[in-house]
Amino acid sequence: MGPAIGKWLSALTTWLEHTSLSHALQVTSWVVPTTQTIHILAIAAVASSALMVDLRLLGAFAADQPARNVSARFLPFVWWPLIVLLASGALLIIAEPGRSLRNPAFQLKMLLLAAAIAVTLVLQRRLRRDASFGDRGAPRLAATAIAVVSMLLWCAIIFAGRWIAYYR
Amino acid sequence: MDLDRALLWLQSTAIAQTISENEMLFPWIESIHVLAIVLVVGTIVVVDLRLIGVASLDRAAGTLMRDVLPFTWGAFVVAAITGSLLFSSNARDYAHNFFFEGKLVLLVLAGLNMAVFHLVGARDIDRWGPTRRTPLAAKTAGAASLLVWMTVVAFGRWIGFTLH
Repeated sequence: MGPAIGKWLSALTTWLEHTSLSHALQVTSWVVPTTQTIHILAIAAVASSALMVDLRLLGAFAADQPARNVSARFLPFVWWPLIVLLASGALLIIAEPGRSLRNPAFQLKMLLLAAAIAVTLVLQRRLRRDASFGDRGAPRLAATAIAVVSMLLWCAIIFAGRWIAYYR
Repeated sequence: MDLDRALLWLQSTAIAQTISENEMLFPWIESIHVLAIVLVVGTIVVVDLRLIGVASLDRAAGTLMRDVLPFTWGAFVVAAITGSLLFSSNARDYAHNFFFEGKLVLLVLAGLNMAVFHLVGARDIDRWGPTRRTPLAAKTAGAASLLVWMTVVAFGRWIGFTLH
């Protein structure tokens, strides 16, 4: 992390730690576990939906349907629960600013998340421009690459999320 | 108490001690456990929403289940194995934890719900076709499944906050 970004994050952390919202969230014992549960359920929706699309690109799931159809069915369940993830995540950051913003595992998770969103956008654009992308007969390398990278990224995001608790 | 003795024995096995003492092993096994649970719950939600008649309506329910459930089972096996390893590393404390006990009960309930559905409610599933109107039994099984699995996740998270 560059020194400028590090200083900015520290300043943000200190400011958040002093807000009354942060205090309120910390003293109400059920808020953090409940928000984490919602966060986990939202990840389940996002990661599983992304997985279904990626498996289709690899030809391992619903291969009888065009990749475009499978993607149209599951990608909304990547985008909408992502909003829930961001909202619950924001709440968790406000409740425990130091535990998240200053944590290398959390910072890595955010970078991986940005990459995963980018890959999903690339996939969407590709499918819009090429109706047979991911189907038999179409060039397979790009579809395979996108699927593998996407799966690895979502797995890494989940691992990084768990490791936040272990990185002090 | 006999159960406690068995649990303490389990905790004293070489594999259990390695997991509890090794700083890296527990977090790694736990991360795989979380990933497996994420996939179990996520894929089950896909199926449940179809049973309730809310999503994937262009796909016949039977076909969707045949497509998705193998991945659910694969993930469940991984979750069960990693869960057992984690449990063994601190067996006595987990066994006496309300939320761990509750999680096991809920898993049994989820299994029963699934068994009843497959044996009774899903017998003519291939005749439903791609339609919004699913039988009431299917809607009930789907809704019950969603509720139980969301509670499984909640209880699982609460174990971490209440373990002594």
